[in-house]
Amino acid sequence: MRRLAVLLLAVACASGAHAGTQPEITLNQRCPPGFEQTAAGVCELRTLYQFYDSLENRGVGGTRTALPPHRDGFTPQQIDLGRYLFFDPLLSGDGTLSCASCHRPDLGLADGRARSIGIHGEDAGRAAPTLWNVAFLQRFFWDARADSLEAQAAGPLYSPREMGNDPARLVASLNRNATYRRLFREAFPREAAGPVTERQVQAALAAFQTSLISLNSRYDRYVHGYAAALSPREIEGLNVFRSFVARCSECHTPPLFTNEQIAVIGAPEPPGRPFDVGAEATFGSPKLKGGFKVPTLRNVTRTAPYMHSGAFTQLRDAVEFYNKGRGHAVPKDMHLYLHWHITDPHLTEAEIDRVVDFLGALTDEAFTPVTPARVPSGLTPIGRPHRTAALSAHK
Amino acid sequence: MKKGLLFGLLAAVVAFGAGAYFGRSTKQDVVISSSTSGASYGGGFKAAGDAAEALKTAAASGALKSVAGPAPTNVVVVKNGESIQAAVKAAPAGTIIRVMPGTYHETVYIDKDDIRIIGVIEEGRRAMLDGQKKLNDAILYSGNNFVAENLEIRNYKGNGIMGQAGNNFEIRNNVIADAGVYGIFPQLGQNGIVEHNVVSGIADAAIYIGMSDNIHVAHNDVFDSVAGIEIENSRHCIVEHNYVHNNSGGLLAFVTPGLPIKTTIDVILRNNFVVGNNHANFGAPGSTVAGIPAGTGVLVMAADDVVIEGNIISDNKVAGIIITDHANAANITVDPESEPNSDRVSILDNVMLRNGYDTIKEVKALMLTEGKRGGALDIVRVGPSPGSCIINRHQYVTAGLGDFAECAFTNTAATSTYLLPPVPPRVIKPDERGKVVFLGICSGCHIYNGRMIGPPVQVIQALYLDNPQGIADYIAKPVKKRPDYPEMPPQDYLDPQTRLAVAKYMLDVKN
Repeated sequence: MRRLAVLLLAVACASGAHAGTQPEITLNQRCPPGFEQTAAGVCELRTLYQFYDSLENRGVGGTRTALPPHRDGFTPQQIDLGRYLFFDPLLSGDGTLSCASCHRPDLGLADGRARSIGIHGEDAGRAAPTLWNVAFLQRFFWDARADSLEAQAAGPLYSPREMGNDPARLVASLNRNATYRRLFREAFPREAAGPVTERQVQAALAAFQTSLISLNSRYDRYVHGYAAALSPREIEGLNVFRSFVARCSECHTPPLFTNEQIAVIGAPEPPGRPFDVGAEATFGSPKLKGGFKVPTLRNVTRTAPYMHSGAFTQLRDAVEFYNKGRGHAVPKDMHLYLHWHITDPHLTEAEIDRVVDFLGALTDEAFTPVTPARVPSGLTPIGRPHRTAALSAHK
Repeated sequence: MKKGLLFGLLAAVVAFGAGAYFGRSTKQDVVISSSTSGASYGGGFKAAGDAAEALKTAAASGALKSVAGPAPTNVVVVKNGESIQAAVKAAPAGTIIRVMPGTYHETVYIDKDDIRIIGVIEEGRRAMLDGQKKLNDAILYSGNNFVAENLEIRNYKGNGIMGQAGNNFEIRNNVIADAGVYGIFPQLGQNGIVEHNVVSGIADAAIYIGMSDNIHVAHNDVFDSVAGIEIENSRHCIVEHNYVHNNSGGLLAFVTPGLPIKTTIDVILRNNFVVGNNHANFGAPGSTVAGIPAGTGVLVMAADDVVIEGNIISDNKVAGIIITDHANAANITVDPESEPNSDRVSILDNVMLRNGYDTIKEVKALMLTEGKRGGALDIVRVGPSPGSCIINRHQYVTAGLGDFAECAFTNTAATSTYLLPPVPPRVIKPDERGKVVFLGICSGCHIYNGRMIGPPVQVIQALYLDNPQGIADYIAKPVKKRPDYPEMPPQDYLDPQTRLAVAKYMLDVKN
């Protein structure tokens, strides 16, 4: 699959020069994999987890537990328009970065960096989170400051440290582009008479992102009844993961491997970085100082470095952090209300290794979106390549 | 915050209390209610449809004794020296695993439905799971209809018995000692019984009902632990006829902030012995229970609709009953989505003796504002608890209960159980399963009429026509057929029926 994406990228680069001779860009009329096209023409998610229930319909539990409520019901055209927008650097202030610059299909829908880099080379402050399974989330950003994908989109699009655009310029650039005008009319037929709007952009981006589903890892096969899907070492790791000594699953709760709560774990900043207050700022609550949203662990082996600002380059180091003592990395002069599940579990080295083994069973990238060969702006899809070689080497 | 859970906002409470006391001119009149003749608590759980009918019948006949369904007929026996886990692994769903007396050093995990692990007791000798202080948990289950009986569990570091999302469970007649953080800990499940267990020496809660619904905790002997029985972020629970003694705190009904399920609603604590819970608090630093003042009989924190009735609560040195909220618990984090107060606590008739004889100084200060000298304290409330009530208040020594109304009911006799009849397994039609498996798995490589990773469904239809079994067999063990396509990975993890269902779906699908 990755090879395919690379190939497509190469085709895209080669084709940039002859964009004029290419057939016109059209929108997919079919739902992406994992979705059923209903009689009404919208895409609805289908997964084996729909055969299970969950307590209070919250989508947290054990093996055969239903997922939380999710977003779907977009049309194939809206989803595919979102895909073109997602990969198009036209969305940034200077045409150099797209959403996919920091959420790359070949890097677990993250960017392989400790912290992302904005259009002018600025440090964006926090790590790009993976977008796998965002359809199930209620809160967005590490500090949970947005409550919808639409609200979230405004963050990176307009932040001067990220994509550096503004609403007027964004909408103007899309309305100047005949291809986009046509595609937006097709995706939003009821509003076809009017110009492209910011709301439509956000809706299409949300539609595309809700199609990024990863629910068919070897762990999932184990859940659905195939006991041999996990190796003995991985099962050992699963049992450490969910034991009340390690307590990993108390916050990284199946089936999404996040309970979506804010947790103050006292993770370190990389050397030289100032302390990040996290959710304290969102909720105006000193008790949440240093608190961050619990991230999903699905595809976690693909999304190094780890923690909100990339303190750990290796997955094992991130796991070992929890074994090094409650509050061991908290700055000396600071009091944090550390989460009660942050303890001193005294796991053995072998147990840490087994947890890492188990996390490897959470990988499933079968539904990785296809990077378009061309995007309507004519710019190179994804945009400026980052220097990620040094970090990718760790994977 | 090791010393006391309470009293971050004590100064404010004292000021308020003082005003209330000095503003009052006459002693309240004594109101006497009879708990045998008054109205009965209506209960907070309303079952629907067939469940409601079955529930009514069950309640009328006494109480539900089983929620796990009819006992399976398939029985296997595990003898001393053999592995319980090996038996679980080999067992089909619907198996009783009888474990003979002996010592078993293992962690047993159950990720399938209808497994019962039943110890055989011979002249007092039990099947003992011994973690030797090396193993984490004795039993981890996530399957439905799980039963654990007659076991002895010792020397684990995590939990004795821990459940994650299994429904319809029964955990009974087990002896669990020194088994780590929790003795019995069902989490995220619905409809369960925890009864006749003897649990002691646990560093957090001996019995901990976490984020669960419709749970019955009865006839357990729970002692020498930090918390006896804890109902946390759970709804519709009855805790009755338990002997809860020599813990730091006896019975707890909590909302812990920061959990994905946010409420504790409708908990009946009745007819328990809550005696001498004065054990030094040895809870782990940072744990919620580490903040419980040693000497607490019953503690209600942020839980709603808690009814306390018919308990014998004696010899708890800080207080018989403490009712508080998140704001007064200094070691508790905040959660904007958690309602922090204990709303509608109802205190009915309880026998309360010799409580609060050596209480903490913050409580003494609160009592002083009400003109009470200390030396005894049955019930103290700190923080808002709107809608709360009490009957026969004159019999208790109280502090902070000035705004408690008279309860509209005097007993809970009408609510015998919140357990549900065993829910039959959900029937999934093969065609529905076939479709979902195709869309959830196969559609990553195959679409109806175009090339993706694998060939289009149309082409496969032309090849197999009315031979779904051919597809089902091929996908279990694919061989490379087409030079222009990559070899298909085997889908042997799908059982034969599922493979056939997918194959049929693929041959029937029209677009």
